Amino acid sequence: MSSNSQKKGFGATIWDYLTTVDHKKIAILYLISGGFFFLVGGVEAMLIRIQLMKAGNDFLSAGTYNEVLTMHGTTMIFLAAMPILLAFMNAVSPLQIGARDVAFPFLNSLGFWLFFFGGVFLNLSWFLGGAPDAGWTNYASLALASEGHGIDFYSLGLTISGFGTLIAGINFLVTIINMRAPGMTYMRMPLFTWTTFVASALILLAFPPLTVGIFFMVFDRLFGANFFDVTMGGNTIIWEHFFWIFGHPEVYILVLPAFGIFSEIFAIFSRKRLFGYTALVFATILIGFYGFMVWAHHMFTVGLGPTANAVFALATMIIAVPTGIKIFNWLLTIWGGSISFTVPMIYAVAFIPSFVAGGVTGVMQAIAPLDYQLHDSYFIVAHFHYVIVGGVVLAILAGTHLYWPKMFGTMLSEKLGKWTFWFFFIGFHLTFFIQHFLGLMGMPRRVYTFGADQGWDLFNAISSVGALFMAIGVIILLVNVVMTVAKNERVGNDPWGDGRTLEWAIPSPPPFYNFAQTPLVRGLDPYWIEKMEGNKEGMVYAEPLGDIHMPNGSFIPFVISLGMFIASFGAMYFMDDKAWALPVLIGGLAITFGSMLVRSLKDDLGFHVTKEELIADNERIQREARALEGGKKGGLK
Amino acid sequence: MAHDTHDIHRSRAEFEFIKKKRAAEMRGQLTSFAMMIFLTLIAFTLVAADFSTYLIVPIILLLAAIQVVLQLYHFMHMSNKGHGMMAFFMFSGMFVAFMTIIAMVTIVWW
Repeated sequence: MSSNSQKKGFGATIWDYLTTVDHKKIAILYLISGGFFFLVGGVEAMLIRIQLMKAGNDFLSAGTYNEVLTMHGTTMIFLAAMPILLAFMNAVSPLQIGARDVAFPFLNSLGFWLFFFGGVFLNLSWFLGGAPDAGWTNYASLALASEGHGIDFYSLGLTISGFGTLIAGINFLVTIINMRAPGMTYMRMPLFTWTTFVASALILLAFPPLTVGIFFMVFDRLFGANFFDVTMGGNTIIWEHFFWIFGHPEVYILVLPAFGIFSEIFAIFSRKRLFGYTALVFATILIGFYGFMVWAHHMFTVGLGPTANAVFALATMIIAVPTGIKIFNWLLTIWGGSISFTVPMIYAVAFIPSFVAGGVTGVMQAIAPLDYQLHDSYFIVAHFHYVIVGGVVLAILAGTHLYWPKMFGTMLSEKLGKWTFWFFFIGFHLTFFIQHFLGLMGMPRRVYTFGADQGWDLFNAISSVGALFMAIGVIILLVNVVMTVAKNERVGNDPWGDGRTLEWAIPSPPPFYNFAQTPLVRGLDPYWIEKMEGNKEGMVYAEPLGDIHMPNGSFIPFVISLGMFIASFGAMYFMDDKAWALPVLIGGLAITFGSMLVRSLKDDLGFHVTKEELIADNERIQREARALEGGKKGGLK
Repeated sequence: MAHDTHDIHRSRAEFEFIKKKRAAEMRGQLTSFAMMIFLTLIAFTLVAADFSTYLIVPIILLLAAIQVVLQLYHFMHMSNKGHGMMAFFMFSGMFVAFMTIIAMVTIVWW
């Protein structure tokens, strides 16, 4: 089993990835599928911008526009941003705390496959009679009236992928609490691990409300319940509450890991310890905590009454305080540092003003009376794109460049990376800055077209040009990825030259058991400490070399998820009185629970990597490292 | 990551200490058991005595909350060492659930 170094055929590689429980390979799976959905969501964004390019455009029909807009939001949030962040969490945070793997490798794989099949199910709606069309928030009054199966694809698909995300969140919580290497106290954890931890706690607490809401939605639409149907004594506002009790923490689930990635970048490329590490940690926790007390600011105009609006407005403004603390700490980390403007650092520096702009418009909207004016206008669209693109997507692009060598062992081209950055960054501001003014001029969001006499033509045209720039940036990134993979120039442990945390102390990509010996952590930024003290190996060890117990791969997570995927079709067509619907529903669930049963009854004790194999593997690693140093120098310096 | 099991050798003092601690734990469990019976009695008496529903419901809910805490700390060993993180997450979960319910009650159903 430990013959990981030998070359494998194509089929064997595919099988390896289908059955893997290794957090590094699951990270790659998350990155590829999240990246794919990012492209799908990007194409949908381009369709939106083409439609709104000029007044009275008929490129998309009104109905199709609603579908494209709904799927753009849903895909980008649930199937692109979150999985790509989960990719980095998987790839990096177990390494940062010196762990062999996550606490539950099997569940890690299950989480991925559930997300994957949920996402595929959701996107199959395009080919099976129409996508969801009630907006990514899926407000019940709209959703219950929607014809066809679009909304059912939404609710069932998100149920499945939501299970996956919840499993991933719990897994990271347990991993970070229990599997830190000796000496890795909470206050020595790298900031990316901290933000992973808090984001996972938010996943744990925020996804159940969404699951409950979606369950009600499924029952209302498919099985004749009336939770949200006002004419039958239900309450349509309850969906909005459930959705935003989940939805607001979701924003922080996305942006906290983004903050984590940027915190790592600022420290690495300023060659300084993070300024105010403790403050950053507590700001992270506070943001997570406040995140649950602000959801009704999405619902100011629902008519909750002045008291509720005032309470939630105040809570919302308070949340700007810890975020501000973070901004100043980053600025002071850069201050006086020995800065190198690599691609990740450029993204990080560009992130600060972009995100602050999004934060400031957020505080504007927290003022309830002003929000009555801004609500449902393009100002809102501009605001949340500044937060999500200016915060999360910039972090994803920066993280892709930063962690690419650790995940794949090669460096993305810095030159092409800079081209991507400039196209994307200029395009982003061109697209969304002007939308603030469109909003102030009265353009409502979610409209499929506008009239030539409304005076919005020029600004919309500019916005569409910006979107084109972003698309060019992403295409250059793809070219960059293809060229990097084709060239395949291997790099060493610490390709950036200034790594500070444990993941840079081991080979890129790391061996499948991560650390041959569990490291001993002697302070914040352990690898930096060892380097500064002249330790050539970059690590001190907490244990002697011994056999390592590793989990076996398993195909069962794939089958469990496939069963739920099949069952969803049965559940969805059940209300159409299709004869095959019920057997498919039962059959799918039988596959799921049957495979769970197999998993429970069959003992799978894993395998051991023996000491001799470790020594042999270590010699191979040393040999490769020497070859790398002798030949062309990989990495940045 | 413990690779193998260890034999545990205890000194006389350690043995005495553990014995004392276990006795204290047992005492705690018995006391809370008695209290729980008592709480249940109160609940049943309230209903039997036919008080107003608006009095009974909040009191029973309060008693239930007390009982949950007793259960967690004395029978499910949350009073023992190393349960800090667990307690933190349970109470955060309760906090979020509480916020949700309070909000629903005050702004949706009131």
